[in-house]
Amino acid sequence: MSILINKNTKLIVQGITGNEGLFHTTQMVAYGTNVVGGVTPGKGGEWVLDGKIPVFDSVKLAKEATDANCSVIFVPARFAPDAMFEAADAGIPLVVCITEGVAVQDMMRVRNYLDQKGVRLVGPNCPGMLTPGESKVGIIPGNIAIPGNIGVVSRSGTLTYEVLYALKLVGMGASTCVGIGGDPVNGTNFIDVLEMFEHDPHTEKVVLIGEIGGTDEDKAADFIASKMTKPVVSFIAGQTAPPGKRMGHAGAIIEGGAGTAEGKIKALQAAGVKVAKHPEEIPSLLK
Amino acid sequence: MKLHEYQSKTIFAKYGIPIPKGRIAATAVEAKHIAEELGGRVVIKSQVLVGGRGKAGGIKVAKSAAEAEQLAQQILTMEIKGLPVRKVLVDEAAAIEHEIYFSITNDRAAKKPVMIASAAGGIDIEEVAAKTPEKIIKVHIDPLLGLRDYQSRDIAAGIDLPREHWREFSRIAAGLWQAYLETDATLAEINPLVITKDKRLVALDGKMMIDDNAMFRHADLNEMRDIDEEEPAETEARKYGLSYIKLDGNIGCMVNGAGLAMTSMDIVKLFGGEPANFLDIGGGAGSDKVSAAMKIILSDANVKAVLFNIFGGITRCDEVARGILVAMDEVKPKVPMVVRLVGTNAEEGRRLLQDAKMITAETLADAAQKAVQAAK
Repeated sequence: MSILINKNTKLIVQGITGNEGLFHTTQMVAYGTNVVGGVTPGKGGEWVLDGKIPVFDSVKLAKEATDANCSVIFVPARFAPDAMFEAADAGIPLVVCITEGVAVQDMMRVRNYLDQKGVRLVGPNCPGMLTPGESKVGIIPGNIAIPGNIGVVSRSGTLTYEVLYALKLVGMGASTCVGIGGDPVNGTNFIDVLEMFEHDPHTEKVVLIGEIGGTDEDKAADFIASKMTKPVVSFIAGQTAPPGKRMGHAGAIIEGGAGTAEGKIKALQAAGVKVAKHPEEIPSLLK
Repeated sequence: MKLHEYQSKTIFAKYGIPIPKGRIAATAVEAKHIAEELGGRVVIKSQVLVGGRGKAGGIKVAKSAAEAEQLAQQILTMEIKGLPVRKVLVDEAAAIEHEIYFSITNDRAAKKPVMIASAAGGIDIEEVAAKTPEKIIKVHIDPLLGLRDYQSRDIAAGIDLPREHWREFSRIAAGLWQAYLETDATLAEINPLVITKDKRLVALDGKMMIDDNAMFRHADLNEMRDIDEEEPAETEARKYGLSYIKLDGNIGCMVNGAGLAMTSMDIVKLFGGEPANFLDIGGGAGSDKVSAAMKIILSDANVKAVLFNIFGGITRCDEVARGILVAMDEVKPKVPMVVRLVGTNAEEGRRLLQDAKMITAETLADAAQKAVQAAK
């Protein structure tokens, strides 16, 4: 069992004929993800991966032909907002945007529109999701994680890989790993995922990987204290980050004294969460 | 990207927001001429991209053109929070009756723009927020609807603005909203917006920040970027698509991924070292990027050791290893290097670096400890 994606996920790839899109489609198919089609405007009728996957001109056409229930977006940042609107209008219930660098005002419009449509968005600026052994939607390397009962949710990419890999080294597996992305305005947040893990019978423990900027970790701490029965272990990146500077991720910035790692760690600890000093400490805290 | 006060106010004026008459000067003589044009009584304002200019003595009122020259001379030789003053804005001095705070910014938690106003203007708004939060009015704007007039009136009423100014205030609010929208601002702030003794509303000071991710549609704004105010290595890094931030420590860090880069800094500190920088080489970085990154790290004379932490997913460790070899050959670094390669093609990467006289590490903790040791 898992959350959000599993072996029944029927995926389309927006931007499938681009470099990134094609490379990761190959990886996703090799992992066993059911990729049913792709979208590149102007290339409808073509096929990719040796004629295995059809390309459509629009998400609407792809959805009609394949009955896809999830879309992953690999288009450049300036086109990504349009791609998200298009997926939502075509009736795709779960949209995952990998693209980094989407303008924040665009994201506010996208988020408010998708909320009205009842569409779940993951990302942008995220590595996507992985349900080990079943489905991978995005760019998380498949070989660094094994199936198991630990739910992982994170704002980061490679830092998440570190954690999955550290778990694998001691024989611990993941139920699902969700990368929610490092942007200030995104779709799915920590609480959404925590709630899903809480209700997923196969997730027994949860790892939450946060970083500086914003208040999502603090809200997650409130949620954990009041609503969660499953144990949560956490790591927060950016304890040495100077205030006022954007640390790579658009959302990783300490503004007006708010959003510090120290504050988030305190809030999580007060909610009974064990917070690791460094990522390699996480497996021992889960035992 | 932060804009200077004079740049922000130029944008405000374009959207119909009244600003004081004034111009920018790079020399004291220019400042004197501008003061003469404006009738003598002027404010000389240092243009640096930091807050607290007034407290630092970087804003002064001159009663005559001669005094303007003298004060400009003084301010143009100042440093404010480490930044030399290169330009001053010479504005006509306003007769102020009341000062208001007024801004639009992004509320990341609400996922909406928020308009913020306070009758307690002219001072640090964060101070007002901390001490007297009831004096701050916030109105969220639906990004799909835009600012509505009734919202501007609600704000005007909320800050007890006399009714005679409501119409003008709504006009300024609409202008500020358009300016925010069309420049992809993350902050458009007027502080203070003043009511003058002759009952006009004027934006005396302005501050704008523009979303770096939206620069593709704002070539005109990109020209306003003041690289004199940036750390040169950060400007250089941006050219290569690298995300670099200089810090005060002595252990250089090169990492792929922002979260892992922050973590690497944290873990250096955890084991008693001080990171010299944040550097994310990004996903799929090739040898040219790695080589540029190494040069940028080593351009900091404080660096006594470098830690490479690469988790190969999309990025291939052998590709990074090749980049490191190219860079070592070009830069010939004299400081010890600690390398940790994990993930895609890590073994091949380690093999390539075997003869490169680098210290290798298996785990993150191990790598950090070795880097801290090597920097001693």
